Amino acid sequence: MSVFNQSRSNIIRLIFLGLFLIIIVQLFNLQVIQGKYKQLAMDNAVFPKVKYPDRGIIYDRKNRPILNNTIMYDLVVVPNEAKKTDTFGLCGILGIDTAEYRKRMLEARYKNGPYRPSIFEDLLEPQLQARLDENLWKFPGFALVERPVRVYPFNAAAHIMGYIGEADSNIIRRSGGYYHMGDYVGRNGLEAYYERVLMGQRGVEFLLKDNKNRLVGNYEKGRYDTPAVRGRNLNTFIDIELQQLAEKLISGKLGAVVALDPKTGGILAMASGPNYDPNSLTGPNKQKNYAHMVLDVKAPLLNRAIQGFYPPGSTYKPLGAMIALDEGVIKPQSGIGCTGAYYGCNRVVRCTEHWQGHSANLRLSIAWSCNSFFSDVFRKTLDNPAYSGSRAGLVKWNEYMHAFGFGRRIGVDLPSEITANVPDTTQYDKEYRRSWNSCTMVTIGIGQDKLTATPLQMANAMAIVANKGYYYIPHFVKSIENENEKDTVLRRYRQKHEVLTHIPDDVYDIVQQGMQDVVEHGTARVAQIPGINICGKTGTAENKTVLDGKVIQLKDNSMFVCFAPREDPKICVAVVVQNAGYGATWAAPIGSLIVEKYLTDSLRTERVAEVKRISEANIIPEYFERLQYKTDSVRAFKWFNLTKDSSYIKKYLPKHGSRKVPSVPAPVAKKVEKEQMINKNLYAKRTTTDKRNP
Amino acid sequence: MNNQRNPTISKGVDSTLIWLYLLLVAIGLLSIFSVTYHEGDDVLRSFLNFKTDYSKQLIYFFVSILIGLFILLTDSKFFTATANIWYAVGILLLLLVFPFHTEVKGTESIIRFGGFQLQPAELCKVFVCLALAKYLSRVETDFSKTSSHLMAAGIIFLPALITVAQKETGLALVFLAFFLVMFREGLPAGYLIIGFSLAVLVVATLLLDKNVLAITLTAIALLALYFGWRFTRQRRELVIIIAVVWACCVGVQRFAVPFIFTKVLQKHQVERIFSLIGRENPYAKLNTVEGDEPVVVKKDTDYNVRQSKIAIGSGGFFGRGFLKGTQTRFDFVPEQRTDFIFCTIGEGFGFLGCVVVLGIYAFLLLRMVNIAERQRSVFSRCYAYGVASVFFFHIAINICMTIGLAPVIGIPLPFISYGGTSLISFTTMLFILVRLDADRQMVLR
Repeated sequence: MSVFNQSRSNIIRLIFLGLFLIIIVQLFNLQVIQGKYKQLAMDNAVFPKVKYPDRGIIYDRKNRPILNNTIMYDLVVVPNEAKKTDTFGLCGILGIDTAEYRKRMLEARYKNGPYRPSIFEDLLEPQLQARLDENLWKFPGFALVERPVRVYPFNAAAHIMGYIGEADSNIIRRSGGYYHMGDYVGRNGLEAYYERVLMGQRGVEFLLKDNKNRLVGNYEKGRYDTPAVRGRNLNTFIDIELQQLAEKLISGKLGAVVALDPKTGGILAMASGPNYDPNSLTGPNKQKNYAHMVLDVKAPLLNRAIQGFYPPGSTYKPLGAMIALDEGVIKPQSGIGCTGAYYGCNRVVRCTEHWQGHSANLRLSIAWSCNSFFSDVFRKTLDNPAYSGSRAGLVKWNEYMHAFGFGRRIGVDLPSEITANVPDTTQYDKEYRRSWNSCTMVTIGIGQDKLTATPLQMANAMAIVANKGYYYIPHFVKSIENENEKDTVLRRYRQKHEVLTHIPDDVYDIVQQGMQDVVEHGTARVAQIPGINICGKTGTAENKTVLDGKVIQLKDNSMFVCFAPREDPKICVAVVVQNAGYGATWAAPIGSLIVEKYLTDSLRTERVAEVKRISEANIIPEYFERLQYKTDSVRAFKWFNLTKDSSYIKKYLPKHGSRKVPSVPAPVAKKVEKEQMINKNLYAKRTTTDKRNP
Repeated sequence: MNNQRNPTISKGVDSTLIWLYLLLVAIGLLSIFSVTYHEGDDVLRSFLNFKTDYSKQLIYFFVSILIGLFILLTDSKFFTATANIWYAVGILLLLLVFPFHTEVKGTESIIRFGGFQLQPAELCKVFVCLALAKYLSRVETDFSKTSSHLMAAGIIFLPALITVAQKETGLALVFLAFFLVMFREGLPAGYLIIGFSLAVLVVATLLLDKNVLAITLTAIALLALYFGWRFTRQRRELVIIIAVVWACCVGVQRFAVPFIFTKVLQKHQVERIFSLIGRENPYAKLNTVEGDEPVVVKKDTDYNVRQSKIAIGSGGFFGRGFLKGTQTRFDFVPEQRTDFIFCTIGEGFGFLGCVVVLGIYAFLLLRMVNIAERQRSVFSRCYAYGVASVFFFHIAINICMTIGLAPVIGIPLPFISYGGTSLISFTTMLFILVRLDADRQMVLR
């Protein structure tokens, strides 16, 4: 009986084993051959949570924190837990409507999912935070979460410090995946330049999440976690009180003030006008404030000390003299006869002084800022008999200028410094088809032509004069907390740059004496401080702009450079005030106040009134009003063309516009010559181009 | 009867089966434990407080052991004698479901009284197994007759159809396993060939475009006609046979399969089948015409299998270690205490652990076949094959669905999956087999 069909038992055994074999093959495939599942399981269950360290703090030279960390609060929501929340109450407190509430909830769900917290409103105002804190029990699912924020106790140094912001896709790509979306990163200023030092080291905590994305605990009891390491602090040369003074003086003006210590290259103060309060870019209104500043045609975000370029004018003259001295083409005793103009070339270079003997030697020529003398010096530099001609002379001159830090990035520890311009042979070749000689660019000798410089470069040039031939690259940071061999960033700031080697000390003394004369009897007498020997040089450069197709003659740029005290230079200052008039009217008093404040640590009582006068003066040219209107309306028009949204363009249309259209200001009248005659010794030289007839 | 005292209860009992049984239940308990245990739980207390799943499973195990002992104490003739009565009881219970069921997770197959749930479809396997064995072992049954085949098939299909009506297609499919018993008892191989061809046809229908398949079928029919024409003389019969077979095939392909997929099977089952073969559901539109809500995303049906594959795949060769698996511990795999319990083993113990568990199962099945073959009575043999087939079907389908080789039909893994009814019914099946085997010498037929 049981023999009947017994062979079939083997078939059944085979079926059993066959299917088991198939299962084992598939298991082998899944578990051994395909390696991807391990990673997939990790992605499923492990959430690497980044722990952000506190950023480093930046101190000034007296260890006062220029910026600090504080805590602000974000309102975060876990959408799935917020179903029973008192929507109306919350909307009432936040001042939003329910549509906005629903929109934000959707965003939160979309961003981080319904089981994870997302930011509902960030950086709450303190009063708002207090009100929410009291009522938070009514809003289940909502919580207040701390967030570290930068705060600036002195409300100063905005341009130097820069700001931090969320890393954008560019930064993330360049960092090679080091930064993630939502990370905070220094976006400008020292915050950006010393990002690696300030940011510290992020820690990672590996957390386990369950199937609903809820975090349930540490992965492997935190075996792979790394702790967050606090960012290191920076000690800087900045004198925050001096910085505050500089910012106060430059406010309401376009321009820059730079003060540095020539012995170390340390920057004591750097202000750019118009400026802004750094705290306005940290609080709850930072987006609004930022947008407002970006759209301002006066560009308050621009650091003019390193990004503004100006013809140095007469402030270049001591440098021109030193290049010539170093090359040996002039001697300190040699002079020329000047009767009010330089006739060495086809065109005439005017000089403000007419009396015989004001250019009898180097010291007098600097003191009286003789245009003829320095035109001649420049030509001698170019047509140096040691070289084959003015081309080689220009190349040599270029070398000197580059060595001084002109025409290239000087290398300050701030991002986005500009080079400004030192014209070289290619520029003239292009313009004059290779046929030019030293007369072509003779006005470089008085700081004109294509020569431009940033205020920082001008201040650095003063350091070279003050130091008698060397400088350190200007920089802010004195030392990094716990500095070690890996911190190579400060190395180049400790390297001495000897740029003038052939000039004996007594010749420097002559140049310095000339500059002291400028302050004592010359154009910069307003800069005098009793008991301190200041060496200075004023400068004035004319400028124009084009608006609505018309050329507008603007007031001259007012410039002043100086160092003090002469015997043991402790501070070099460069001041540029755009469209303000002569160097002596605005720039020299500002420079003098900075020097006094720094050297005596206070201001005399009569000088406090001077500070008030200068800081309250608004010298921003009126054409900006028109320019702003024009830029805004053009933008509104483009917006309208792009989106057909007429809400912005409306107020610029004549029908709706109750707004007054600012007109183009009349060209500045050229009555300056008369004034100049009266105060002939008080003011720096006008630019003496042939466009101006006396 | 006279010497059925305690000392002799173990007489003739196949201890190998008992040991395998205990081993598998232990593996099951550990697996359930590793799914539900949270760090910091007091293990001993929660094992005894009967609130956690593993402690509940422990109770079910004790109950099963009690039932098993009870079965061992009975006379083996009892089962032969009462097989048909049990079958009737089973059908009655199945029918009682309709008025008294409580809906749990989409099935309508559970009766609940008090805190206890009963799924008659699970228990019915035991009864069908007994009844089929009884029918096949009758002296008057001549299993070479087609009428006997139909009768046996009827015994199987009656509870299967009722189960389908309760939306438990997975459990109903288990009854197909009994065809292996019939095969062993002499069911002509032709049935299996027809069944296999039908399966191929259904799979081909799902995989291929319907017109392509129809043309292919026609081409095969014409080829068969051409070659048959040469080699046979009874050409009229040939033509008729080929025509009928062709018509059947095309009928299945054109009408039967779409009918089953739109009317008989539930939407989620259809989706699971199509997600397994990786195609869009072509009948989804047909489903929505009736004004039902549209069948939502196959993502959902994919999800289980994908997570289950991730869990098993992440185990690697040696596994991530007991209680170390993140997939199973944080509920990424749905239903993992019950239908997807194999993931826990795959993730925790890797390929090696899986092979060991499969080896235990293979040993169990082959042991059952050996036991079946050593029986003198047809009833015992048929019953043993029935048990082996049901176990095999459960094991194979359950594991295949966790590794993406079979569509997801909710059937438990014997002795390992969490669940009282399934553990009790499998234990009952096994211990009846042990009892019958222990008495194999006493039975003459």
